[in-house]
Amino acid sequence: MSDETLPRAAAPPRRRAAVPVGVMMAMAWLALILAVALLADAIRPFGITAMDLRARLQPPIGFGGTSWAHALGTDELGRDVLSRLIESIRISLLIAFGATIIAAVFGTTMGFLAAHFRGWVEQVVLMLIDFQASMPFLILALSVLAFLGNSLPLFVCLMGLYGWERHARIARGLAIAANAQGYAAAVRHLGAGPLRIYLGHVLPNIASTLIVAATLSFPEVVLLESGLSFLGLGVQPPMTSLGNMVGYGREYITRAPWIMLCPSAVIVLTTLSVSILGDWLRDRLDPTLT
Amino acid sequence: MTLLSLDGVSRVYATRRGIIGRPVPVRAVDQISLSVAPGRTLGIVGESGCGKSTTGRVALGIERPSEGSVTFQGAAMPTPGTPAWRRMRGRLQLVPQDPLGAMDRRLTIATQVEEPLIIHAIGDKSDRRDRVQALLRDVGLRADLAERHPHELSGGQRQRAVLARALATDPALLVCDEPVSALDVSIQAQVINMLTDLQEARGIAMLFISHDLKVVRQVSHEVAVMYLGRIVEHGDPEAIFADPLHPYSRALVSAIPVPGPRRIERVVLTGDPPNPADRPSGCAFHPRCPVAVAACAVTTPDLRPAADGRLVACHLVPAAGGTA
Repeated sequence: MSDETLPRAAAPPRRRAAVPVGVMMAMAWLALILAVALLADAIRPFGITAMDLRARLQPPIGFGGTSWAHALGTDELGRDVLSRLIESIRISLLIAFGATIIAAVFGTTMGFLAAHFRGWVEQVVLMLIDFQASMPFLILALSVLAFLGNSLPLFVCLMGLYGWERHARIARGLAIAANAQGYAAAVRHLGAGPLRIYLGHVLPNIASTLIVAATLSFPEVVLLESGLSFLGLGVQPPMTSLGNMVGYGREYITRAPWIMLCPSAVIVLTTLSVSILGDWLRDRLDPTLT
Repeated sequence: MTLLSLDGVSRVYATRRGIIGRPVPVRAVDQISLSVAPGRTLGIVGESGCGKSTTGRVALGIERPSEGSVTFQGAAMPTPGTPAWRRMRGRLQLVPQDPLGAMDRRLTIATQVEEPLIIHAIGDKSDRRDRVQALLRDVGLRADLAERHPHELSGGQRQRAVLARALATDPALLVCDEPVSALDVSIQAQVINMLTDLQEARGIAMLFISHDLKVVRQVSHEVAVMYLGRIVEHGDPEAIFADPLHPYSRALVSAIPVPGPRRIERVVLTGDPPNPADRPSGCAFHPRCPVAVAACAVTTPDLRPAADGRLVACHLVPAAGGTA
């Protein structure tokens, strides 16, 4: 490494392995999903409430369907499944991304506060974490939605409450470990303020762990949203979401499985893509792994 | 004129034995008084667990003493975490034993060396870049290493990088906590020579903590020997290494390997260093001391000046100008 006879490079060439095929596919899928979510109004062929009772329960193309107007078939009221799917992707993605970001930011902040101040601040945070972990989330969601009514922003915030304690635990533990010895202590001894220590050093160093935690909670939020929508507490008709579609499509699973299978496939592929991408991102963000 | 002085400093930790045990106070550092003059080096030697590192941390102001006071440049050490304490960090710096652990492995060497300059708002962007280059040159790191990450350097290079970072704010005092223990002998010599050169060029005072007596002898202007949180002998290194007065120093010095026939008889200590939570009565060294007398187990000897002016804490060493 320090062989003087070798010609010196100005900087060591940073070898970047080619992006694996699986990750490429995950990225492509997520890009497609994001594009669909952003352009939902433009690319949707029908309104999501437009009924056509003469064309009820039409199968998709390739499963006996004949009409290209309804490429993914229609549901029990003759509404176009493709149009509803596009709108559902937008709503579900908004909820899942919004909630995951809220959970990660709030949880990490709480974890850092606990690690920095220790003492009673830490006790309060730990108490909140235990409270959150021991409280069945459905009951909490039920009471909030019952008393405060249902609106999309409220629902996103409520979903954001789910999973924050995992981020808080991870952030607190890792920040305490970093503070006790090593790089964070060294920066502190250089005279850095708490903001520089936590945002400039601790956060980038533990980001890989937090990203993995976030990619784990993303699918859970999607599934939780589905569950709540299924119970009638989540996204309310006429608005639609992936979980909502799965929930109402369940009744026709034997006669018209495509109503349920289309949104289910989107849920599976999206959560899988987020997991693959998160895993790859964690390795990529670590300079000691090349 | 002193730069740093510790006055009767103790550091007490509470440890608990078992789940329901009562907390037991442990005096890691017990009634220590030291001073470091500008541009001079005070070496601290002793076994593992004798309180060397704690003394260094208290001297740096990272930990507050439980008793006594720390004075730096004529002012009391501010409370850790306060803005005054943070401003002061540029004046005293730590050189740690484990440089890899003390560096952010995600950032390049240049970024990390620049960091103290940013924190203390020294210079503008281009000025800081020049300073970083000068610092890396001063510690003998090639310019092309600046863009490397810590894990891409060798142990000696990492120690140099950490030193460059510590020197960035032009500190008046460096606390070197076993700075070369993790390096192999040839690299040790290089780093030690570099430290003494930098000290001469910049007039930095050093508190040099090590268990390696040869290294301490080479760099120090004064030496304090510690045993179980107390100083047992303090004075000129040549005098201590040529003719140790305290029985513990004698055992330490006799353990230094020397080429050829031995001039000082080898003193082999039996037993382990005692648990600081359960320190022996009287002189803490008496259970292992080859020359202990009855008084040693009863009264704790004070640190008194001996014949040639160095300080010794032993009942058997006659005090200067009087009897023990």
